[in-house]
Amino acid sequence: MVPGKTTLPMMPLGRGARRKNSQLPRRSRRQPAETGRRFLDLRSGEVDIKHPKVRHETVLPVRAPNLTMQYPQVQINHHYARLWTGHDFYPQFPSFATCSKELKECSGHVFVDSVPEFCLPETELIDLSTVDVILISNYHCMMALPYITEHTGFTGTVYATEPTVQIGRLLMEELVNFIERVPKAQSASLWKNKDIQRLLPSPLKDAVEVSTWRRCYTMQEVNSALSKIQLVGYSQKIELFGAVQVTPLSSGYALGSSNWIIQSHYEKVSYVSGSSLLTTHPQPMDQTSLKNSDVLVLTGLTQIPTANPDGMVGEFCSNLALTVRNGGNVLVPCYPSGVIYDLLECLYQYIDSAGLSSIPFYFISPVANSSLEFSQIFAEWLCHNKQSKVYLPEPPFPHAELIQTNKLKHYPSIHGDFSNDFRQPCVVFTGHPSLRFGDVVHFMELWGKSSLNTVIFTEPDFSYLEALAPYQPLAMKCIYCPIDTRLNFIQVSKLLKEVQPLHVVCPEQYTQPPPAQSHRMDLMIDCQPPPMSYRRAEVLALPFKRRYEKIEIMPEPPPRPAQPTSGKKRKRVSDDVPDCQVLKPLLSGSIPVEQFVQTLEKHGFSDIKVEDTAKGHIVLLQEAETLIQIEEDSTHIICDNDEMLRVRLRDLVLKFLQKF
Amino acid sequence: MDPECARLLPALCAVLADPSQAVADDTCLEKLLDWFKTVTEAGSSLLLLQENPCLVDLLTHVLDLKPQNVSPRVLSFSLCLAGTFAAQEDCFEYLQQGQLLLGLFGEAGPLSWAAWSVPIVRSGWIRGLRSLAQHPSALHFLGDSGAVDALFSLQGDSSLFVASAASQLLVHILALSMQGKAAGSSSLQGSAWPACAQKIVDHVEACLCSTAAPQVTQALNVLTTTFGRCHNPWTEVLWGQLGPLVAHLLENEPIPAAHSLVDLLLSVARSPVFASADCGLWETTARMLSCLSPSQAGPLALGTLKLQNCPQALRSQAFGVLLQPLVCILRATAQAPGPPGVLDETTEGSSMTVDTLLSSKSACVGLLCQTLAHLEELQPLPQRPLHWPQTLLVEAAVIILKLCEGSVAPSSSEGGRLCGALAGCVRVQRAALDFLGTLSQGATSQELMLQVFAVLLETLESPASSPTVLKKAFQATLRWLLDSSLPPSSLDLGLPAPLFLKELFPVLQKRLCSPCWEVRDSALEFLTHLTACWGGEADFREVLLASEVPKLTWQLLRDPESYVRASAVTAMGRLSSQGLQAASESSGHLEVQQGLVGELLHILSVDSEGFPRRAVARVFTEWLRDSHADVARDTEWFVATVLPMVSRDLDWEVRAQGLELVQVFLAQTLGQSSPHCPYVVTLPKASPPSPLPEVLRTLCQLQVFDFAFRALFDCDRPVAQKACDLLLFLKDKTAPCSGLQEPGESSDVTSVEATLQRWQAGEQGQPLSTLEPKEVLAALRSMDLEGLQSRLAESSDHVEKSPQSLLQDVLATVAVLEENVADCY
Repeated sequence: MVPGKTTLPMMPLGRGARRKNSQLPRRSRRQPAETGRRFLDLRSGEVDIKHPKVRHETVLPVRAPNLTMQYPQVQINHHYARLWTGHDFYPQFPSFATCSKELKECSGHVFVDSVPEFCLPETELIDLSTVDVILISNYHCMMALPYITEHTGFTGTVYATEPTVQIGRLLMEELVNFIERVPKAQSASLWKNKDIQRLLPSPLKDAVEVSTWRRCYTMQEVNSALSKIQLVGYSQKIELFGAVQVTPLSSGYALGSSNWIIQSHYEKVSYVSGSSLLTTHPQPMDQTSLKNSDVLVLTGLTQIPTANPDGMVGEFCSNLALTVRNGGNVLVPCYPSGVIYDLLECLYQYIDSAGLSSIPFYFISPVANSSLEFSQIFAEWLCHNKQSKVYLPEPPFPHAELIQTNKLKHYPSIHGDFSNDFRQPCVVFTGHPSLRFGDVVHFMELWGKSSLNTVIFTEPDFSYLEALAPYQPLAMKCIYCPIDTRLNFIQVSKLLKEVQPLHVVCPEQYTQPPPAQSHRMDLMIDCQPPPMSYRRAEVLALPFKRRYEKIEIMPEPPPRPAQPTSGKKRKRVSDDVPDCQVLKPLLSGSIPVEQFVQTLEKHGFSDIKVEDTAKGHIVLLQEAETLIQIEEDSTHIICDNDEMLRVRLRDLVLKFLQKF
Repeated sequence: MDPECARLLPALCAVLADPSQAVADDTCLEKLLDWFKTVTEAGSSLLLLQENPCLVDLLTHVLDLKPQNVSPRVLSFSLCLAGTFAAQEDCFEYLQQGQLLLGLFGEAGPLSWAAWSVPIVRSGWIRGLRSLAQHPSALHFLGDSGAVDALFSLQGDSSLFVASAASQLLVHILALSMQGKAAGSSSLQGSAWPACAQKIVDHVEACLCSTAAPQVTQALNVLTTTFGRCHNPWTEVLWGQLGPLVAHLLENEPIPAAHSLVDLLLSVARSPVFASADCGLWETTARMLSCLSPSQAGPLALGTLKLQNCPQALRSQAFGVLLQPLVCILRATAQAPGPPGVLDETTEGSSMTVDTLLSSKSACVGLLCQTLAHLEELQPLPQRPLHWPQTLLVEAAVIILKLCEGSVAPSSSEGGRLCGALAGCVRVQRAALDFLGTLSQGATSQELMLQVFAVLLETLESPASSPTVLKKAFQATLRWLLDSSLPPSSLDLGLPAPLFLKELFPVLQKRLCSPCWEVRDSALEFLTHLTACWGGEADFREVLLASEVPKLTWQLLRDPESYVRASAVTAMGRLSSQGLQAASESSGHLEVQQGLVGELLHILSVDSEGFPRRAVARVFTEWLRDSHADVARDTEWFVATVLPMVSRDLDWEVRAQGLELVQVFLAQTLGQSSPHCPYVVTLPKASPPSPLPEVLRTLCQLQVFDFAFRALFDCDRPVAQKACDLLLFLKDKTAPCSGLQEPGESSDVTSVEATLQRWQAGEQGQPLSTLEPKEVLAALRSMDLEGLQSRLAESSDHVEKSPQSLLQDVLATVAVLEENVADCY
């Protein structure tokens, strides 16, 4: 060390997330061709309204929203703080001869008879126990949270807005309820044997990582996971270890949905997740705050870029009216929150014009009541129009009036009151949109045989053809009206022009037209400079170098903070850089070699040799097989397997230095 | 001038001259100017000024006021007024004597005042000069006063109106100064031009040589107006002199003021002076067509094709320019680009077109919309090229629509970029649908027709189609269905249109259920038109009745949107006329029909909006005229039910339509009205269906007269006019019955007349006692219906439009303003 020079201890951010397998290739080792797709195995029960019984078993390949599960890395000097900005959870499902009992055939398709299993988010790339922070962008991408918080050793903090947590809880509660209602003792596992699996027909043979698939979590695990979430509000600045500041912004996609700004003093990274510029119920997207970003990580675009949500709502209404007018019933498989609010609002305006005032609308979900009520109380998270209604005071959503006038009725399940009130023709909103479990299965069985009835798919997460596969042959009409309000490519262009980030980082899929529509050059991101793209499981260094760091030098030595009470950062104790380094005093001064050698001799060290080097000196304690390397700005004590000796020598070195 | 006006004039002039009394309304001053113009055109201006010295006093006073005290409006008015008076040479001299004109229009006048910065003053100055520039004295004045120089600078005025007026005045001065020289064009060569004209021509020449684009534009604008208005031989000399300069502009890169240049060329080409002479015009046009950008060349190409006397080669080149974008689209999407001849002509310059199409989305959309609009305009014209490439155009329209739908997969990279630019573009979709609609009249192969119907169906089906696109798609579909000259009876032949119908109806059903009212409305209108044309065709009937369409249409009678209810009423009326109303399984035809009449009566009596009620009244009239089965069964009941409703309706159009219904009823009961022309050959008069007294009694019972008499005094003139015509018809028809009137029974008429008088006075609530035929006849005879008819024929503002009332209005306005000022204190 050089006299008069100050060395500051650094924040031990680097001790955080650590790559589990640093030798991972840039491309996923598993399924390069399936980048961005995950498979979900769900099993459905075909149940009679009054006498539930399980009949259908299926495997449903599910197209996941294009890479909403991302691992953006914020590279800050030599530190890595990995921030999980959301987890998609797609119920994923697992498939002969030896496992013939596990497999069932239906209309030429083979399905697995098993309790539903779910594919977890990527766990090989990152040791989740070393992740410090998880940011949840919206309630659709937090469904795997219990798997992470309860089973991976994760001890960090989870941040999310209140509506995200509350509605996320509802979605998980509904899922657990649906699964627990039709218990099945065993999971099918024989088909997962790789030698068997590769002989199975598609899509079973293409399912990836089937061995990692897990059964659904329990409500206890849900509650425990949610208890670890720290609530945040829009524009609230959250300090992360003094290194970066994280801020959630309204993304306009769902109640409480967020985009994130992750910034240091000189760098700003924006993480854009599921966002919408349409005027629907949530607070509008905050674009202004995304300006001046060094890097904008763009994810969560619409899955159906060719489907205009307005047109789809029109299709939905028209087909609904046509069916009901002919005396048929309409089944809408949906989630209990989200687009359903907008659909109900649209129907509220439409039913009178379509002469459907006398048609009952049923919303069946274990969380139907809570969902409808929650939506009315999150006024501050709603769009301006709805917010202003609260002051009138009126309920922000018109579904309150539909309920009041008995046009919309909600039930926790098809049993009980619903059986008494049920009247046809009617419109039923119920889950699960995969058609593998939940009350929707009953209605598929009940109405599937009549061509008067219609099932209208509105959720974009599932392929409707695959969802319907186990129900074939089916007489009822099927309409596909996916309503995905997230950004399309035109909107993205406008957004990027407005926000003007220096660099755009996005999944590879967004940089080329969809494979099925390779001529649609408009269905890709078009920006200058061209976006940096990444594939699944690829680690990218964000395209900026940190040139400056803001420091504050106090004229007086800072008061010594109290020691942390207990092992909050428990795992870190054994890490290379110990936790307490931050609390060490600062040192200055230089070590005069001759005096230092004398001191060593005084303390009983003999056979001391001093060698001059280009940068300083090496003091060699030959007997103790120890080196003390004294350089201009650092001193290293190199002794193997003798901690006591190292500490003694360290203390001797410290005597020559000033502390403050 | 009207003595009463002459009496009011001094007060008016005093008001205008008083800076403290602001005239609030500009339109009053404009009306005054119009009136003065009428007065001066009818008589001597000089005499007018001498008889009304207050007018000259006003002008003098305006000049005498301190410039800052003059209201810009009054100053502008005074300038225009002075110009109007000075249009007559003697009056011009009179005003000049007092140096009044020089004061107003000279360099020391308003030109140098602060008020000159107000555009209305500059505009008034130009208008004044425009009015006075009618005679040689004026020309000298213009030259001497420096006005022409001022006009040159005003061409670049910040106000477009002023700039345009200045440019037009320059043309007017040029034309005026050349007036006497028109006879011998040869004498105009060289320096033989009059000074004023020479000055203007020199200025234009200088501007054409300028490097500044605005100056070139100004010069081109002056020339465009000149060749557009003046068709004298000297214009040929002018073009001979300036044409080379204009042609020289084409050598610049980029070409300055391209739009103005196009306008000029077309203006010259349209001038009859150049009908036989070439003068290098066609050569310049051909050069321009090849060197302008595709979007600039489009209007020139269209204009050229519209010309009668254009050389064939140039026509082909122009048509090639128009076709280029479409050919490029077809090539890029690897479609067969029409007959080889067309291709060859359009290869030249196609790279520039491709560049434009691919340069940006907005450029691509702009060029395509313009091209489609130009071709649509050209299609019905007799001047359109003889070899009209119908196939190419239809193919191009189809492919453009597919590109907009995103349903075409071009293999080339250009095609991909076009697809990216056009996918979801509503503007191009609308233009292409309009264009495709106009192409329905040409001969199209069956295969191509299939493609047309497929793309129309795709557009109609697509959830992404906006309401305006759907409306256009319905319109285009209708035209193709009706113009494809394939009656639906050829259903078995497998021809496109009938097959298309089967696929169309499910789409129509869906659109009738659209949450967007505009879409429901467009679908209903389409249904109405289609039924009107094909309602009698068995196969159409079969497809229609097999669908849910009639039922859905019925349900839309209760739509919350009034426009949709109105369209549903019209559609149901049409369906019912053709016996295509919805027949539910439970009820028979009769019940359905009774139900429909009842439903329409319900709408007529309770609907809060006018549109549906008007539609019902129209449908009922049509039903009565066409002897619709359900109306013909008991016409009297029908009329008796409908009349009380329409007569009390708040909407005048419903009342007028009610009178129309009565007229149809009377024509059926009493026979058509006799022709007015005595020489018209008519068939021998058939005797009325019933004896006249009986008919009269029926009419009285149906309260037809009650309705007609009330309508006679309706506050809305069209209703009163119709009622008057109706009563005149009745008077004519009942003339043979006048013998029914016994002497001494006139007392009955008195009470009727008394009631009518009260109605006329506005007391419409006054009931009319039950009328007897005799009373009616007497009343008809005693009323001056002919007089009333001529009074009603006069415009409703004939009283208020008189100059006297105008003067009174201006004075009254000022008086009111004064009162308000007083109130303030």
